[in-house]
Amino acid sequence: MRIGVVVFPGSLDDGDAVRAIGLAGGTAVKIWHESRDIEDIDALVLPGGFSFGDYLRCGAIAARSPIMSEVVHQAKKGLPVLGICNGFQILLESGLLPGGLIRNRDGRFICRDQKLKVENTSNVWTSKFSESQEITIPLKSGEGGFIAGTESLKKIEGEGLVTLRYSRSNPNGSSLDIAGISDRSGRIMGLMPHPEHAVELGFGPDVDEAMKSGQDGLTMFRSAVEMLAHA
Amino acid sequence: MAIVVVEVMPKKELLDPAGQAVLGALKRMTFPECKAVRVGKRFELHVEGQVSDELLSQAEEAARGLLANETIEDVVSVRVEADLA
Repeated sequence: MRIGVVVFPGSLDDGDAVRAIGLAGGTAVKIWHESRDIEDIDALVLPGGFSFGDYLRCGAIAARSPIMSEVVHQAKKGLPVLGICNGFQILLESGLLPGGLIRNRDGRFICRDQKLKVENTSNVWTSKFSESQEITIPLKSGEGGFIAGTESLKKIEGEGLVTLRYSRSNPNGSSLDIAGISDRSGRIMGLMPHPEHAVELGFGPDVDEAMKSGQDGLTMFRSAVEMLAHA
Repeated sequence: MAIVVVEVMPKKELLDPAGQAVLGALKRMTFPECKAVRVGKRFELHVEGQVSDELLSQAEEAARGLLANETIEDVVSVRVEADLA
């Protein structure tokens, strides 16, 4: 199971994503953004960070980099893609997912262990969660406010594209408490929180049982690895 | 040399946290009368010679395709300004 991790100038969490994929039983392959060769991979991760310094808009320039035209092409043919934080912004800027992300409601960068509710498990990246399960995943972003037009929001909600919602409180003003959405095929998913930071005992978010022991992010990568193994 | 100026603003119906932060500072400082602030962007695209209609429409296309994300922003102006420098 080969999962590519695209590295842009300014990517930050590509190393963590590679590690998470390995812990989930997959083989991670780093791919530089100037490459166009993504033929021999089974899925792709667009990692978090500050690609191209967040100049213009978060993810805007990365979305127009050489590899992204190939990613859009392959994603439309069914390649599973997970966009994390900056990767989510890139998916929106490239038009693979609907909506946009704006600065957090309170204008502050947020870094915290965030409770989320899993809304949809018929998805490559969430299949191993249970419906309505509450999970804990670190959130660290300055522009995580999800917005979309009224009609678009209705569609996102009505078609069950909301995969994750902020639970207990809405940290950044996202419409409908949206933390993550997918496309209609359930293969392309973007989320603001960082599942790759919740994959290993001692290094994850604080949870009720023990400090730094949250591993809910690993379930997300395992979902993809297992589903693709059975495909 | 001419300059095509493109101005982009966050959509009116959306929250503009940057504008609100600036408003707060303005009220504390020299301009307490200020009721609202919205923060947008101005791009200056420098081109050789005269700006033809075709070039201007290319600039409009670039404004909508890259300089603005029309999900969250509006292109409010694409116009030619002479380069006085």
